Amino acid sequence: MESVMVTKVEKDEITGQSTTGHEWDGIKELNTPLPKWWVYTFYACIAFAILWFVLYPAWPGVDGYTKGILGYSQREAVMERVAEGHAAQAEYRTGIAAADLAEIRADPALLNFALAGGVAAFGDNCATCHGGGGAGNVGYPTLADDSWLWGGALEDIHATINYGIRSGHDEERYSEMPRFGADELLEPAQIDDVAEYVLSLTGQETDKAAAERGQEVFMDNCAACHGESGGGDRTQGAPALNDQIWLYGGDKETVTDVIRNARRGVMPAWEGRLSPETVKMLTIYVHALGGGE
Amino acid sequence: MKWHAIFEKNVIVLLVGILVTIAIGGIVEIVPLYTIESTVERVKGVRPYSPLELAGRNIYIREGCYVCHSQMIRALRDEVERYGPYSLAAESMYDHPFQWGSKRTGPDLARVGGKYSNEWHALHMADPRSVVPESIMPGYSFLAEWDLGYEDIAAHLETNRTVGVPYSDEMIENAAADLAAQADPDADTEGLLARYPNAAISDFDGDTGRLTELDALIAYLQILGRMVDFTDVTAEDLKQ
Repeated sequence: MESVMVTKVEKDEITGQSTTGHEWDGIKELNTPLPKWWVYTFYACIAFAILWFVLYPAWPGVDGYTKGILGYSQREAVMERVAEGHAAQAEYRTGIAAADLAEIRADPALLNFALAGGVAAFGDNCATCHGGGGAGNVGYPTLADDSWLWGGALEDIHATINYGIRSGHDEERYSEMPRFGADELLEPAQIDDVAEYVLSLTGQETDKAAAERGQEVFMDNCAACHGESGGGDRTQGAPALNDQIWLYGGDKETVTDVIRNARRGVMPAWEGRLSPETVKMLTIYVHALGGGE
Repeated sequence: MKWHAIFEKNVIVLLVGILVTIAIGGIVEIVPLYTIESTVERVKGVRPYSPLELAGRNIYIREGCYVCHSQMIRALRDEVERYGPYSLAAESMYDHPFQWGSKRTGPDLARVGGKYSNEWHALHMADPRSVVPESIMPGYSFLAEWDLGYEDIAAHLETNRTVGVPYSDEMIENAAADLAAQADPDADTEGLLARYPNAAISDFDGDTGRLTELDALIAYLQILGRMVDFTDVTAEDLKQ
């Protein structure tokens, strides 16, 4: 049996509405079209889509995709946004790029910009180790005091940030404290003596006899880097031992452990990761934290 | 209206009509995948993970790091200014599965490699608040205590090869040795570096003589975003 589809649109007597014109065994269907606003919105969407296909990247092809006549690319757009942002700061950025560090410090406008840029970059990149405001942490020096491992002048700070410490960069700051205990360069008793001597440098209570024995060990093994009076040596990043500032801790246990196993802290090189202007701004900021020389 | 009746009255015609419609959609979506060479733009420097990095990546996934950390720097100004060059598809082409993530409770990690020292990572994993006071990350101190199990590392490389990561026979053969060498600064790493350029070699967790899960995880974190040298990549290279 085959149903015959009749297409005869007629007016339904009861409702006054027209039918679709389809009839199945005497059953007819009322035509209830979609609301006009809906239909026109739908057509507008189709028109919008076609316009989009023409203007923007849209259809995948066998060898790439349609580029659209506007030639829009998200990658170019973001680079333009970045360039726009930098252009708005061009006056300062070019100034910072062109001036040397001392000149930036001397120019109030550049100095203000560098400090503002420096604090932002510091928060994201440096504070993780050195703490907010350069407060420091165990193993990560305080940047707000007068004690510097590799120097606190502008150029020194700039080089440290740029090339890092034991970072693997070609121009890294590098030195290695020997592992006097782990590599058996000193006897355990000698290490104990020299630890007592190091503590005596800061006026801590020590075993006087041991410290005296330790002094000789210190002169033979430690003074070349840390100085005869324990004042440290910035050319080698050797910390001063005669002040109250300790990188890893000033109790006997820590001092002994450092002599035994050494510490070779690493700071990454930021050249390449941060722009030269950002490194300069960071230098100005760190220098201004309180200990700049 | 008239033509539509043909489809409604003839089931074979309807079937053919459906097939044609679906085929159009399928062709548009599937054909470009066969020409994928032109849709994933290659970038110089991207290489398969070294065995130790791969082991670290497995730990990263096991611990659910991706739940809080994304690895996807979007092409937006604030992200590019903060994290560095936006992520490229090619940078995660050897990730199975990729670790783009969908939520940042912690920061994006796509370019975290080289940003912090190994010691920092070790301290941070043991107790995040010891270095970042305001951190809400849980501690993972047990990673430093657990020895890394890697007797099956060659099988991991092979598995990756079956899904398209170009591990060579040589790489698979040397997998266990390469893994151990990367965590030992005194080892002969010439072969390792030839196979996996730019790999960070260190006693990552500072626990000399022991190979822990922390070693592997830090090795993985230290390669993230470091494979491609962006000072070397021009804007022209990145055009699709």
